[in-house]
Amino acid sequence: MDQSEIMGTVVKILTPWVKNEDALQSVSMETSILDDLKVNSARLVDVVIAFEDEFDIEIEDEDVDSVNSVGDAVQLISGKLG
Amino acid sequence: MAEENRATPGHALKPEEVLALVPQQPPFRFIDEIIELDSEHIVAQYVFREESDFYRGHFPGRPITPGVILIETMAQAGVVAFGIYLYALEFSAEEVESMLTVFTDASVDFSGQVLPGDRVTTTGRLKFFRRKKLKAEVEMRLDDGTVVCSGELSGMGVPR
Repeated sequence: MDQSEIMGTVVKILTPWVKNEDALQSVSMETSILDDLKVNSARLVDVVIAFEDEFDIEIEDEDVDSVNSVGDAVQLISGKLG
Repeated sequence: MAEENRATPGHALKPEEVLALVPQQPPFRFIDEIIELDSEHIVAQYVFREESDFYRGHFPGRPITPGVILIETMAQAGVVAFGIYLYALEFSAEEVESMLTVFTDASVDFSGQVLPGDRVTTTGRLKFFRRKKLKAEVEMRLDDGTVVCSGELSGMGVPR
């Protein structure tokens, strides 16, 4: 799975929790999940579990701390997929 | 022995110990008893007092327990009490006592009414407990088995 496919799936997973629809229209690898998309920080665990289910990977809690942008999530998932 | 347990992370609290740690108090305490508790589920009961103040306004002459109170009742069992139990499995008693569980999100359907004097039984089943966030599938029933509300509730442990 290439990075653009991963990004498409990441954005699809994030969409139900996005509060800023405008930021979603112009989403990029640099888009901040919390600051730009306004996803509630308490929803991050739900997001991570959805990533695990969708990509069939395990994400350590420590790894989640380094995820700020959509690109961070894509890189993390890409690394797990090998 | 009790002192030893207080300092030992991984201690499974008894239902009465969990109940003593639930921070909500009357008139905003909606758990009388925890009747089942393990790392996968909790079952708790509460009898709605006929003298509760909210019945005066909801509704005058026809008291019905407000839906928000039913959600709070399910949350006190399925998120707060259950969260205390799960948190105590991983952390010391001091850490458990220094934490407060705040409500983060809910999705609930209502399918029945709870009247003054009714006893309700709430069952909470673990969906996940990660990074101090607990999500539980919850269901509330009357004594005759009628499901009055059900859904998913989540809460997160934060420092007091």
